[in-house]
This record gives sequence, structure tokens and C-alpha cells, in this order.
Amino acid sequence: MFRLGHRDEWGFQLLVNGFLLLVLIIIVIPLWRVIMTSLTPLDVYMRGGTPMFQWPWEWSFAAYEQMLTHPVFPRATLNSVIITVCGTALSLFLTVPLAYSLSCRTLPGRRIIIALILFTFLFHVGLIPVYLLVAKTLGWTNNILAVIVPPAVGVTNTLVMMRFFEGIPEEIKESARIDGANDLQVLWQIVLPLSKPILLTIGLFYAVHYWNEFFTPILYLNDQKLQPLPVLLRNILIGQTFSEYVDYDVTRAASIESLKSAAVLLTMLPMVLVYPWIQRHFTKGTLLGGVKE
Amino acid sequence: MSQYTESWRVERAARQAAKPSLGTQVRRLAIAMWKHRWYYLLLIAPLTYYLIFRYIPIWNAQIAFKEFYALKGVWDSPWIGFKHFETFFNSFYFSELLINTIIFSTAKLIFGLPIAVILALAIHESRFLLFRSLVQTVTYLPHFLSWVIMYGLLLGLLSPSSGLINEVIKSFGGNPIAFLTSTDWFRQVVVLSDIWKETGWSTILYLAALLGINPELYEAAAVDGASRWRRIWHISIPGIVPVIILVTMLRLGTILDAGFQQIWVLYSVPVYSVGDIIDTWVYRSGILDFQFSLATAVGLFKGVIGLILILAANEVAKRWAQQSLF
Repeated sequence: MFRLGHRDEWGFQLLVNGFLLLVLIIIVIPLWRVIMTSLTPLDVYMRGGTPMFQWPWEWSFAAYEQMLTHPVFPRATLNSVIITVCGTALSLFLTVPLAYSLSCRTLPGRRIIIALILFTFLFHVGLIPVYLLVAKTLGWTNNILAVIVPPAVGVTNTLVMMRFFEGIPEEIKESARIDGANDLQVLWQIVLPLSKPILLTIGLFYAVHYWNEFFTPILYLNDQKLQPLPVLLRNILIGQTFSEYVDYDVTRAASIESLKSAAVLLTMLPMVLVYPWIQRHFTKGTLLGGVKE
Repeated sequence: MSQYTESWRVERAARQAAKPSLGTQVRRLAIAMWKHRWYYLLLIAPLTYYLIFRYIPIWNAQIAFKEFYALKGVWDSPWIGFKHFETFFNSFYFSELLINTIIFSTAKLIFGLPIAVILALAIHESRFLLFRSLVQTVTYLPHFLSWVIMYGLLLGLLSPSSGLINEVIKSFGGNPIAFLTSTDWFRQVVVLSDIWKETGWSTILYLAALLGINPELYEAAAVDGASRWRRIWHISIPGIVPVIILVTMLRLGTILDAGFQQIWVLYSVPVYSVGDIIDTWVYRSGILDFQFSLATAVGLFKGVIGLILILAANEVAKRWAQQSLF
């Protein structure tokens, strides 16, 4: 589509793509570093730290073995899965009806409800009033609900979904109403089947949020048995309670650095796996509509 | 004559339709609401959620003006006026927290925004489509990583004993630097790691604006003999200026949000003087020291200033970029 015949054009493209390559390298280096560290065998590590480009060399999966076989890791993973699955389900269960109702322009009170929701988006009273509600009033300390319920509905996600529902042609909904369907049936039978891409995208965004959440679990869940993966990762990285979490055993041929890196990568893994799905949708521009009104 | 009467009648009818009596209004509203009954049914659960998890905290914020006793609860604790606000404004940490907060958010904006614009322009100009989408895929990824994972990645680079950067310093004969616990380096680490994480993702808005530019403009400029650089300067940049204004206003409106999760994960006692921000202080004084009322007062102070700033920023964005932030 573009002719690269002109010499200036070649020079320009060289500059532009050289810059992009530089950016790519800067992004990749830290990721490459943890991958290398996690795979470096103990004897190589002892001789001179983690090699960056030493090739070929022996890979060691000892760090992964040690992480995966320790009972605390599967338990934290299970906690994370429970939080992510239940949280995403609840989020969609609340966001979809809200967005659908607000997408009806003739709904009396619509503007007031949108204003009330936007107000909570613009005005934050900080951490303590929420903490008092969740920990004291509801008494959800050491209850997984404290991590699942309070962040369930995102204002931006609601508005993005609302915009999408507004884009569904009124004639389709109207024809179903003429056939005797009520608005609930219209949502279930007409709107939702047409909204699979947005449900998937918003669902994945909620899932990413729940999977990454580490602050509220630390705030509300003191019981180690309830802690999700990011909290375990943080405790491993801080190293204070390292021996508590992993039986550090020199004979199993993994350095502490390898173990930490393996923990980082194992926590990242599900994110990296679903990431291509998310990306496929946001490059299509589904999400841009909600950024501004 | 009859024509005149006719038009007068129509006018009167229109006026009456515009101003029906109160009873008619109520009846019409009731009918309209009944017609939408299924929507209200659907709204019950989400609005209950909003009432409990968004509005009860606002109600709880009254303890900023009270001496909160956990046993008495929010309502029965005694009123105390603005004492906690005075304590905060007169304390030595007030200016420190405010300065740190503003330094972090402005530095992230000033250094992050131009890099994002340049990256977006480069992605837009590159004609190697496969390479271009590879760059996009890779640079968007860090946005989806939590700050705990980022902390792990940063340790791999910055750890004094085994970090990559310190290994390079050592190989040149230098002494390793404890970047995360050094008051000289902590701010740079915070700003640069944020730029590393978010720049790729923030190009999305600029790329969307660039895609919206009419390609005929570029073609016409090429015919007129404008160089690549001139086309970027006179077509691409003006095309994304509204987005730049929008993003700048949004960031200025949220200037008191300096990145709580990031700093909470990265900071430690040795760097409190350069790293402590309003949000981290609220966490420590409230949750760890049980000064619920004082911490709420500080959080409320931040919330009110934040609300004013974001509304002002929205006005500016409307005027300069003809766009609303929300």
C-alpha cells in the first residue's frame, strides 16, 4: 500500500522501526531476566549469578518443582481461582442488568441513577470508611466475601457495556416486544446473545482485576489458608516468611532467586494465557467508546 | 379569522400539553414507570450494591468530624468538629505527603505522556505490519500485571545482590546500589517503573485518534511534496492534540492519586521521607495505628480536593478539546 521506493522513506522507516525495536527490548528485558533466573541451575548460579545470554546451558526446573509440590502453592492457586470465578460471575450478574436498564433512554429516573453512579466514581472518601463497613459492620474479616463483593461493579465497565447495549438497534428489541416478550425476556433472548464480545471483554477485565488483587486480601484475610496467589507471591518476595512457605532445600538445586522468579512467572502465567483473548477484543476498539462520553 | 382562531387553538393545546396539571404529571409518570417495571426489577440488585458499598462509606466518612470509638460505632461517637483536619494541616507530614504525592503524579505525567505520544506516532508510521502488531502486543502486556508481579520483576533488575543492573555496575567495578531503599533513587524507580508498565497501554487512545485522521490529508500533503516529518508535525500532531489535552486534564484532575498500590508494594521505612503519599499514610495511620478518625479526615480532604479538581479539569477539557472526561 505504501511504496518504499524513495530513499527518504527507507531512512524514515529505519528510524521508526529502530525506535520500536528499542522499546520492545526495554519491555522484554525484565521478563527475560525472571525467566532466565527461574531456570538457572544452582551450580551455574553459584559460579556467577544468572546468565543473560549464555547459550546453550542446562535448564533446571527444580524451582518450579519445588513451588508446585509444596502444599501452600496449590491452595493459594485454588483461592485465587475461587475469588476470580465467583468475583467475575457476581460482577457480570450486577453489571449486565444495571447497564441494560440504563441503556433504556425512556426509563424514568435514568439520569438521576447515572448521576448517582458517576458521583461515586468522582468522589472517593478513602480507605477507612470502606474498611469500617466491610470489617466492622459486615464483619467480613477472614471471609472471602470481603475480597469478592466490595469491588464487584466498575463504573467504567458499566458505562462501556451501556454504550454497547445502546448500539443494539431498537427495531430488533421492538419486534420481540410485539411478539409478547417483556423487557426481561428481551435482555435474555435478544440482547445477551448479541453481546457476547462485550460480555467476554468486560468479563475478562473483571477476571484480571480479581486475579491481580492483593491489597484487599492482605487487608481483610489474615488467615493464611485463605490467601490468594498474589499475597503468597508478595510474602515470598519479601522473604520474611520464606521458610514458612517453601522448604528451602539446597540439595533440590534451586537458588532462592530461582524460587522467587518461578513464583513470579507462575502467578503471571494465567494472565499471559488469557491476554491474547483480551487483546483481540480491545484492538477492535470495543472499549474505546467508554473512555469518553 | 378562522385561520387565526385555529392557530390560537393549536397553540393553547401545545401550551397545555407542555404544562399539564400535577395530577396528570403523576399519573403519566406512574404509567411510564409501570411500563418500565422490568427494568426496575433488574435495577434492585445493582442499586442495593451501590447503596451499601458506595454510599454507606460516604455516610461513614462523618467520623472525620467525630472522635470515633469502635464500641460506640459511627453514629454514636461524639462530634468533635474540625479538630482532625487541624491536626493534619498543622502536622509536619502534611507538606511532605502533599509534595511527594504531587511529585509522583506530575513526574509520571511529564515524562510518561511524551513517550506515549512518540510511541504511538512510531507505531502509526511503521509500515511493517507484523512487527507493528508484535510491538503493540508486547507493550500492552505489562498493563495487566499487578504491582506484586512488578515488584518481582524489579527485584530481578534492582536487587543489590543479584539484580541485573547491579551486576552491570559491579562488572564495571562500581558498588551495588540498593535502589528500592535509597532516598536518592526511590522516586526514579517509581516513575520509571510506572512508565514501563503503562506507556504501551496509554498509546491506545492516541492510536485511535490517529486512525481517525482522514488519509486524504496525508495523500494531499505528499502530493504537495511535504516530507514525512512535516506530515507528522502538521497532520498527525494536530490530530491528537485533543486527546493529549483530554489525558492531561484527566491526570491533573486525579493528581492526588499517585499510585497507591505501586508505592505500597515498593516502599519501606528507609524511603518514607521521599516515598510516602497521602494514600499510604491513610493506610498506616488508620489500619495499623487505629487512628480511624484522623485517617478518614485526611482521606476526605483528598476526596473533596479530588472532586473539585476533576470537575475543573472537565470544564477545561470541554472548552479546549470540546470533549468531556466522563
